[in-house]
Amino acid sequence: MKNEGLFAANIKKIRMSRIIIYGILIFFSIIYLIPIYILFTTSVKSFKEVSLSRMWYFPMEFTLENFKLVWVGSVEQGFNGLGRMFMNSIYVVIPATLISTSVGSLNGYVFSKWKFKYSNVIFSLFLFGMFIPYQSILIPLVETMRRIGLYGSLSGLILAQIIYGIPITTLIFRNYYATIPTELIESARMDGANFFNIYRHIFLPLSIPASAVVVIWQFTSIWNSYLFPVVLTTSPKVQPITVGLVNFAGSYFIKWNIQMAGAVITALPALIIFLLLGKLFIRGMMAGAIKG
Amino acid sequence: MQRTLILKTKIEKDRNFLFRLTNEHDGLWAIVTVIPSIIAIAVFVYSFIIWNGYVSLSKWKGIIPNYAWRGIQNYIKLFNTQRFQIDLRNMLVFSVVFIGGCLVIGLFLSILLDQNVRGETFFRGVFLFPMAVALVVTGVVWGWLLSPGNQIAGYIGVNQLFEWLNLDFLINGWYTDRTFGIVAVAIAAIWQMSGYVMVMYLTAIRGISISIREAAHIDGANVFQLYRYIIMPNLKAITLGIVIILGHISLKVFDLVAAMTGPGKGFATDVPAFFMWDTTFRGNNFNTGAAIGIILLILISFLVVPYLIHLRRSE
Repeated sequence: MKNEGLFAANIKKIRMSRIIIYGILIFFSIIYLIPIYILFTTSVKSFKEVSLSRMWYFPMEFTLENFKLVWVGSVEQGFNGLGRMFMNSIYVVIPATLISTSVGSLNGYVFSKWKFKYSNVIFSLFLFGMFIPYQSILIPLVETMRRIGLYGSLSGLILAQIIYGIPITTLIFRNYYATIPTELIESARMDGANFFNIYRHIFLPLSIPASAVVVIWQFTSIWNSYLFPVVLTTSPKVQPITVGLVNFAGSYFIKWNIQMAGAVITALPALIIFLLLGKLFIRGMMAGAIKG
Repeated sequence: MQRTLILKTKIEKDRNFLFRLTNEHDGLWAIVTVIPSIIAIAVFVYSFIIWNGYVSLSKWKGIIPNYAWRGIQNYIKLFNTQRFQIDLRNMLVFSVVFIGGCLVIGLFLSILLDQNVRGETFFRGVFLFPMAVALVVTGVVWGWLLSPGNQIAGYIGVNQLFEWLNLDFLINGWYTDRTFGIVAVAIAAIWQMSGYVMVMYLTAIRGISISIREAAHIDGANVFQLYRYIIMPNLKAITLGIVIILGHISLKVFDLVAAMTGPGKGFATDVPAFFMWDTTFRGNNFNTGAAIGIILLILISFLVVPYLIHLRRSE
């Protein structure tokens, strides 16, 4: 009898603590989702609903007009459409991601399996390149781009994104290839395979998961980046979308529903990737968040 | 018998010879493969740092480069500039609030998620997705959420929520506050990065062997004691790693400030990284901008270099 009472009390206690745990988790989830609520509800509100005092209200009617307006731009409201800048981001992000990933894959292969004199020191110097504040190289970067005629162009931005992406892509591939047994290389060489054969027939096929991680990581960080675009591109014709968004967030004339629609368009590609491929994103993050 | 032995050694020799030959070529190809990257990093990172160091000691102001020597004077002047003093203080406040907030929230959430909760994947996703959002988007949205409004025209954003919930004492000026405006920026940054800290902690906690936990359980430790005496002491290494990563992010923070507030009233939300960009590319004070860049680099090196050496050693 007594035991039963104790048992019941225990169950009650456990239930209570469960309720508290879920309560706290749900509370935090709501807080984390608040910015997203504001972002999406405001972006579909019409102009008559967008007053500041009603910013928390759920929209009474949904409209996609804001997205249309923000995409093409408006002469009388004085802002450039983000559509063109969205495409600029695409033109930058695709080649920069593919090239920096390929280069990182080859580098990682060498730094993990073909160590040469000082290769470890060189690799450490690569790693440090990942941490540097870009403010400490911006002026020479702009000067160099000017001298080689790439300042203010998409190719200049692509080049910068590739080069400063090399450390992180090399790191992820190197760590991944380090898990592949070296005996595999030795036996392949016994069979007469050379440096490139081994890469093409053994490492490349094995590195598909790592490549996916790196591609996703590079895509999101290049898409989201703002410092290089704002410094290296000067006209809306070549500016990526992050620059466009900040430019019109600074304007007092543009209504909040338009700004939020712009923010949604800017955030969406990376968010979709996160939702679809979250696991790979997390793996890249574990290796790559050091990039900041 | 002897003949076969001779033949065998001959084959061995041949094979060794062939092996050495390809070996040398392969080694060469390996170096050739990485040389373009080595050159790129040598030029775009290391020579640029030296170049920038030179600019920081020059007389270069204005659009046309001027490499005439000025010396350490640039740095002395910079440290005596009020804006830079405010920036350094802001950077410190930001770092403390941002790192502290991320650690506390990240650890707390990871412990909660470690309790066998249903829907763990969902919760993890909710806490983590902000990391995938562009910092400039975070800046725009939080800049609006933390707009204070005022009593007469009506509060807006988060202040309005506080008013509705009768939490009036929490209403404040956020990033318009002259002393603590930078804290508002740190709050947005915590939203962005605390999920990452949670994942790091959760991975570390799950990495602690179950047998240790069970032993503690058999010894009669309750949940609180388990975390206090068994789990937390095992999280020291990962905490150091997280602090270094977050620390170097907080020294570099730029996107968020640019999108959310700009320098703010009386430079309330200004940071060195923003000042650098502002004074260089808007004010054409290239030598001052270069000096700020070098100072940031030195600060980050103090943080990162010992850590990198430690990591390489333990590898």
